[in-house]
Amino acid sequence: MDNKQVSKSVINVFLAAVATLLFATLFASKAAAGPIDTYTFPDEVMKVRFQHLTYELRCPKCQNQNLADSNSPIAQDLRHEVYEMLLDGRSDTEIMDFMVDRYGEYVLYRPRVNSLTYLLWFGPVVFILIGGFVVFLFVRKKEVKTAALSDDQQQQLNSILKDD
Amino acid sequence: MKVIIRLIPLILFLLLGVLLYRGLSLNPQDMPSALVGKQFPAFTLPNLQNKEQQLSVDDFGKGIKLVNVWATWCPSCKVEHPFLVKLSQDKRFNLYGLNYKDERVPALQWLENYRDPYVFTIFDQQGSLGLDLGVFGAPETFVVDHHNVIRKRFAGVLERNVWQREFLPLINTIEDEIANGQ
Repeated sequence: MDNKQVSKSVINVFLAAVATLLFATLFASKAAAGPIDTYTFPDEVMKVRFQHLTYELRCPKCQNQNLADSNSPIAQDLRHEVYEMLLDGRSDTEIMDFMVDRYGEYVLYRPRVNSLTYLLWFGPVVFILIGGFVVFLFVRKKEVKTAALSDDQQQQLNSILKDD
Repeated sequence: MKVIIRLIPLILFLLLGVLLYRGLSLNPQDMPSALVGKQFPAFTLPNLQNKEQQLSVDDFGKGIKLVNVWATWCPSCKVEHPFLVKLSQDKRFNLYGLNYKDERVPALQWLENYRDPYVFTIFDQQGSLGLDLGVFGAPETFVVDHHNVIRKRFAGVLERNVWQREFLPLINTIEDEIANGQ
């Protein structure tokens, strides 16, 4: 075996190791993401709807997690309930309404637009408008001032310009 | 004018401070129930003590009702149990139990060991009535009025202070309503 061959096989081993590690982390992160349920869906669309709904609905007990993320018993129950209702042929809106009727508006991570949530939805826009208006006021004030040069300053300027 | 403009950041800071300080003392678990003001949900579930008997809303008494959600897997339920036994002597309301996602044998053992304060206990092994009530843990206690309308939901351990502050006034109110024929 000459040197070239040795370095080639070293590189091969190294590449194989990197590939194994990459795959291992890929699968590990997939396995670690969220609780494991064994729901089987009749079609891909229902699976996506399930994922979307459990992502949008909040766990009532563990308040900073959605149903998809949480391992608490109530989240498991509610996931099962969502699954059953999907199989039952209910629409997404019906499922959302079902949850709101029992657990309140609180379970929606994306609050509905109504008189209670106007401030929440449109507050930021209003604040940006106010901010923009204030900036506009300040900028406009400064524009007006144009300083005139005194005679001395004008002479100085002329002499500087002449030098060049 | 200039002074006012310079004070704006300070005022905003103070307002924000007040807002955040208030947030510190709020209890995030203290959520209004979506069911307050609604009818108690319909159910058909077995009696814990009598497998054969199916219970429904119609089995509740006519007056004021307290429905207490409990389970043997819930340590806080054990804490509040002696207080429930005391409450069961009050004749102004009936206390009912809702055994939530539990097993029958340990639940019966529990009632035998710690005394049974309930008129009857609904055995909700699957948690179906619990779901309809928006229960997300135990213990929880509901106040149901003479029209079977839910008037209050309380999540947590029932004890004397909470009882006097939050439950007694409500029970007085409902008693007044009954007396006025509402």
